[in-house]
Amino acid sequence: MSDLTDFTLAEARDAVKAKKVSSKELTGAFVKAVAGAKSLNAFVTETPDKAMEMAAASDARIAKGEARPLEGLPLAIKDLFCTKGVRTTAGSNILGNFIPPYESTVSQNLWDAGAVMLGKTNMDEFAMGSSNETSYFKPVVSPWRAKDSNQNLVPGGSSGGSAASVSANLCLAATGTDTGGSIRQPAAVTGTVGIKPTYGRCSRWGIVAFASSLDQAGPMTRNVRDSAIMLRHMASVDPKDSTSVDVPVPDYEATLESGVKGLRVGIPKEYRIDGAPPEIEALWSKGAEWLKAQGAEIVDVSLPHTKYALPVYYIVAPAEASSNLARYDGVRFGHRTKDAVHDITELYEKSRAEGFGAEVRRRILIGTYVLSAGYYDAYYSRAQKLRTLILRDFTEAFKKCDVLLTPATPGPAFALGEKSADPVSMYLNDVFTVTVNLAGLPAIAVPAGLTANGLPLGLQVIGKAFDEATVFRAGRSIEVAANFSAKPGTWWRAA
Amino acid sequence: MNAHPSKLIKGETGDWEIVIGMEVHAQVLSKAKLFSGASTEFGAEPNAQVSFVDAGMPGMLPVINRKCVEQAVRTGLGLKAKINNRSVFDRKNYFYPDLPQGYQISQYKSPIVGEGELFIDMPGGETIRVGIERLHLEQDAGKSLHDQHPDNSYVDLNRSGTALMEIVSKPHMRSSEEAAAFLKKLRAIVRYLGTCDGNMDEGSMRADVNVSVCKVGGYDKFRESGDFKHLGTRCEIKNVNSMRFVAQAVEYEARRQVEIIEGGGAIKQETRLFDNKQVETRSMRSKEEAHDYRYFPDPDLLPLQIEQAWIDQIKASLPELPDEKKARFIKMGLSAYDASVLVGEKEIADYFEDMLKGGADAKAAANWLNNEYLGRLNKAGLSISTGPVPAASNAAIVEMVQANTISGKIAKDLLDIVWTEKEDPRKIVEERGLRQVTDTSAIEKAVDAVMAANPDKVEEVKAKPKLAAWFVGQVMKQTGGKANPAAVNAVLKARLNLPDEG
Repeated sequence: MSDLTDFTLAEARDAVKAKKVSSKELTGAFVKAVAGAKSLNAFVTETPDKAMEMAAASDARIAKGEARPLEGLPLAIKDLFCTKGVRTTAGSNILGNFIPPYESTVSQNLWDAGAVMLGKTNMDEFAMGSSNETSYFKPVVSPWRAKDSNQNLVPGGSSGGSAASVSANLCLAATGTDTGGSIRQPAAVTGTVGIKPTYGRCSRWGIVAFASSLDQAGPMTRNVRDSAIMLRHMASVDPKDSTSVDVPVPDYEATLESGVKGLRVGIPKEYRIDGAPPEIEALWSKGAEWLKAQGAEIVDVSLPHTKYALPVYYIVAPAEASSNLARYDGVRFGHRTKDAVHDITELYEKSRAEGFGAEVRRRILIGTYVLSAGYYDAYYSRAQKLRTLILRDFTEAFKKCDVLLTPATPGPAFALGEKSADPVSMYLNDVFTVTVNLAGLPAIAVPAGLTANGLPLGLQVIGKAFDEATVFRAGRSIEVAANFSAKPGTWWRAA
Repeated sequence: MNAHPSKLIKGETGDWEIVIGMEVHAQVLSKAKLFSGASTEFGAEPNAQVSFVDAGMPGMLPVINRKCVEQAVRTGLGLKAKINNRSVFDRKNYFYPDLPQGYQISQYKSPIVGEGELFIDMPGGETIRVGIERLHLEQDAGKSLHDQHPDNSYVDLNRSGTALMEIVSKPHMRSSEEAAAFLKKLRAIVRYLGTCDGNMDEGSMRADVNVSVCKVGGYDKFRESGDFKHLGTRCEIKNVNSMRFVAQAVEYEARRQVEIIEGGGAIKQETRLFDNKQVETRSMRSKEEAHDYRYFPDPDLLPLQIEQAWIDQIKASLPELPDEKKARFIKMGLSAYDASVLVGEKEIADYFEDMLKGGADAKAAANWLNNEYLGRLNKAGLSISTGPVPAASNAAIVEMVQANTISGKIAKDLLDIVWTEKEDPRKIVEERGLRQVTDTSAIEKAVDAVMAANPDKVEEVKAKPKLAAWFVGQVMKQTGGKANPAAVNAVLKARLNLPDEG
């Protein structure tokens, strides 16, 4: 092994367990890598001292024979997860210098499994975005570049910092959150793996809320196996989250290689969209062929309400966000205007106008509008009805198949600034991913090929509720067939 | 449906009826808040009882407190209401510094409790049925403190997240007295149930009172048709926190409305506040200024599902409530009025029943309690639970009167002695020789002595038999009040040859 940062999570785990490498050595290598990758702007907060302390503690446990499943493995945490004693920003200015006095359940689960924290990754403000350009802390730059190009590309979003970190080997794995595609879309455009588990699989407690009925945490990793390992140690039923579900968390890694023989794979016809690049179509067909070649049965299915998914999403998510973000009022914590104010209303208005970026303000306005008296029935209420129909589409489809195969994104990574002036074209990035959030189902994005320009593209496997095991299995089969081994260049690395 | 008549307001143009509906916020008796584990105890240092959930910290989530749900169900059952097996928590969105989340979790379209009823007892013994529209659970807000600093306001979040039951009546009350009686009865019921402590001084119960006026007959039309157009435009008087203030607010508001209408004006639908010093209501905000609360189902909470078996279990554990108790007391021979006074507060009813356990006759005990003991407590500013005389002592006094051991007059003196000396009344009677004299020869002796000393009065009484009372008084004086008045009367009648009373 030339560099410890080339390890996958599973490889590092095995090496640490076999005492071939100490957590301090491993963590030190990643701390150095993070420090040398400033130009990617993948981290909002680096915690090298904390990382080395945790690594030392891990090494002590390993020495005592008390190693836990993720002992000594350095991870990056999306800055939407509250981390005790470590500033948490949600990519926003409104939280100011907020240092949570509590740890999110998901990150706590990871620390309880022995993992080490490298820092907090950059993200779209409040997870609202598909390019990481809405971050108050400036965009993340993708480590990927098109062939023969020096143009900076977006890493996708909102979990862009996590995707870039995993892709550029700045961490073994990272956490993400996915409200409309925020794990899968950045994973797909950075050649990494990301799974959004079933709604209720991971606790939302301690994760800064965007849209409560859609938000779900999940892992972002270099391969499917690593995601399987991570999810097992992130998921838990949580008495502090009423929407978390008490379903046993299986050992996903154990069944990972079981193959897809006899598995019925649905191809939803509505995911063929006009104007999609031919490369996407071709990759999708290839994916189906790969699975078929491994013994899966390919079935044509229909999800007739798919066309409503994006509009429904852009009503439901902003509605919930407008309410969830009301607590950022400058009264108890976070940013408060320094201007003189005459009354409380002015304090709210100025603090919030200064604290929130344009995209967040846009969604708060949309959300407030769709919930207003006289508009509620026309928008929010109808959107909820359609959401029920979208879920029913999946229920019907899953009578004919076990998983669905779709493209993960409508295209590869785009240039910084290319879509930021046009919110609607930005929203279209989530066209293949939002339906799954609306239905609460698990879905994985797996790298499956490169464009002619050398940029990664991914495929998505959607499963039945709480059947992540099968999703991983199908994802692994695609991974094996695709044999995706491309890595981004190292142009960004500090000299 | 036969509606009872309103107490009318005499206007320049004729009589007006008052129509009143109420929304009462009752703080749920529970150790912890509705969606967090923080304590609900009254009187703690500001912000000492605030969890991260109550403070609206990022990423915090509400988790329903089962005890609060049980208390709401219990209250619903006490109001003979329909319990909804499925109800939904909604967010009511508005900005205020003492509302940390920027929304209040409440129940809007699907409350936990549906329609029920409550009977109010009027002083004339009349019972009036008031319909209950619904009961729902919601979070309380914190408190803004404006008097701590010349330029800044402070916020105390101790109350933030505390569980409230909002109990909404139908517009079935027709006078200020009925409105006050409604609140009193509701308070009694929740206190019987143990679902709210009813401490209005501490804000555990607060009423929003909706008042409108209409021309005579309008209300009956409304009750027949259910159409609100027959009623006047209502004004909502916010946060009235005593029965007396409720009555005053209604009186003032109804007259204000009549004056406006008769002056050619129209009532604006608005929210008003009651100033208990000026005894008037004042405009807070009009309908146009009303918030758009943008209610929607709280995505952090699943719909609340309540199993029927649990409801049945709670139902089986309900205590005897005021109405049932009252009926039982009436069966014991009490008047409707006495019974309703006794059941008005659970502690009084319990005290009364403790007296019966001591062996006292129900009717005599009720009279004694209502006329003597409660009066004294009231004068001393004490309550039944803080008063100095135990039920057993009052029972003993009543029994001794009934057994002719002491006279009614002595009984009153005896109560005073027991009140201050806190001794067993039987012991006091024995030790101080307060036993009533029923020995006829002793009474005869006393009568003879009085007659001998007052020959002129003897003549007078023969002409005017009613003057015999004077002799009774003198004899009682001679015997130190211990003579049995009936025996004294009998002896006097015989000695003075008085006719039987006609």
